[in-house]
Amino acid sequence: MKQDKRIRIITGHYGSGKTEFAVNYAIKLAKEKKKVVLVDLDIVNPYFRSREKKDMLERLGIKVIGSSLEGGGTDVPAISSSVFLPLQDKSYEAIFDVGGDDVGARTLGRYHSYFQKENYDMFCVVNANRPETQDVYGAIKHIQAIQNVSRISITGLINNTHLLRETTPQDVLKGQRLIRQISEKLHIPIKYVSVLAEVAEKLPQQLDGEIFPIHLYMREDWMDGN
Amino acid sequence: MAKILMKGNEAIAAAAIKGGCRYFFGYPITPQNEIPEYMARELQKVGGCFVQAESELAAINMVYGAAGSGARVMTSSSSPGIALKQEGISYIAGAELPCVIVNISRGGPGLGGIQPSQGDYFQNTRGGGHGDYRTLVYAPATLQESVDLVMEAFEVADYYRNPVIISGDGMIGQMMEPVEFKEIPKRELPPKDWATDGTKGKRKPNIINSLYLDPEQLEKHNWRLKEKYDRMVQNEVRYEMYNLEQAEIVIVAYGTTSRVVKNVISILSKEGIRVGLLRPITLWPYPEKAFDEIPETIKALLSVEMSTGQMIDDIKIAANGRWPVYFYGRSGGMVPTPDAIIEKVKEILRGQR
Repeated sequence: MKQDKRIRIITGHYGSGKTEFAVNYAIKLAKEKKKVVLVDLDIVNPYFRSREKKDMLERLGIKVIGSSLEGGGTDVPAISSSVFLPLQDKSYEAIFDVGGDDVGARTLGRYHSYFQKENYDMFCVVNANRPETQDVYGAIKHIQAIQNVSRISITGLINNTHLLRETTPQDVLKGQRLIRQISEKLHIPIKYVSVLAEVAEKLPQQLDGEIFPIHLYMREDWMDGN
Repeated sequence: MAKILMKGNEAIAAAAIKGGCRYFFGYPITPQNEIPEYMARELQKVGGCFVQAESELAAINMVYGAAGSGARVMTSSSSPGIALKQEGISYIAGAELPCVIVNISRGGPGLGGIQPSQGDYFQNTRGGGHGDYRTLVYAPATLQESVDLVMEAFEVADYYRNPVIISGDGMIGQMMEPVEFKEIPKRELPPKDWATDGTKGKRKPNIINSLYLDPEQLEKHNWRLKEKYDRMVQNEVRYEMYNLEQAEIVIVAYGTTSRVVKNVISILSKEGIRVGLLRPITLWPYPEKAFDEIPETIKALLSVEMSTGQMIDDIKIAANGRWPVYFYGRSGGMVPTPDAIIEKVKEILRGQR
């Protein structure tokens, strides 16, 4: 995490778990760094957006920049001008939570001139249990489409293979096999293995990428289990 | 087949194709847009056809046409969009055609909002269309149940030659969950010899119609429909009874709210308070007979809804004065919290004990 560049852009296929990873990453980063800002660039999803967790994140000292329209019920692709803040003020550590697929990544094009090789990382989150990214061909198709519209290169892959609370270590390892193939084909390193904290304990140590234990902040407690 | 992770709308669309749906006509509206998006991409791969219609009215009438020609066809929308389709639904029911209609509902009335709501209970179960007709309404509570019911809905629609509605709130459409596509029970379906699929010069043309200008004929037709709806009441009711043994209160809830209630039941049982859940899976026909299974320990019923109180009418009809019926609801896109429901349960118990 320490080696990641100042601007971290989180992209991927929709439903891959970008927002959950971005929120977890921001919370972890805020424990080490002072000025952490989470930019929610999602103009695709109407529900489960990181800006809905603004209160919780701000209590943890994280600045949240979302839509220019306040309130959770807006269905308008309005992006706040404040997005420029962490791009122009280099004292901020920034995480960009981008909308799903190339459709969502299109928003990045607007800020293209700010992304220089030395100041940004763009991570692509992959869940091998999502129907469209179950194989190398499908996953690479999404990666290339995202790179094309954003006009910047993905610098790291994140294995986020899961089935929510039903996730087993086998799911994660299945994802790891897929992502290794993608990594070899595209010459992009595996940066993180994002996995539920309780499953992380059961994983072998020798994995490509840093094991990144997460909690499900975006999923309300009442949705699972009895 | 191994489980995969899907978004509700996506899973519903995938299940429809697995259930034999080959035609989809719709018009976009949040929070169900992933359904037409999926259909637009996937139907052509299986030799089907997707059309984004110019309006909801056009879409439902395209469904009418495709169903009339014997195809398995679906449309989907959200609350105000379903309102626009009501005339067509009445025509389809009148002409006795099978189709599946998905309502991923949002807050109303009017344009309302885009957050989840169960304020379409009346719309789904009573119908906004005119005349003596009924639609079978499934209300799944999980994505697995959504997948299973959507696949089965096409069988049931064909079996009765009647529209089937899938009623899911926005939360069901937008949340993600592991799902598995399993084989569903197949029904013995008669050939669609009524379909307008070409005479090939060998038979008289079939006519799809809901117009009966002779009142005697129309009455006869309506009583025949009634007899069909009675068979649905007899055979198609579905519900889940959960934790009723030794319970003092039964909460009646469906869809997303039933999941919140299951959490409530688990929290309260740790405090020694026993609460049960009666979960209608079919909203019409309403599971009235489930109320006959309610044990003697029950002192009161509590309806929990994401509305200001709609299903409570059906609960009162089914309860038939046997228990007092209380209500807790949130509206406009708010989801009831477990804490608020727990407080309501305790308040009722304080009054009942």
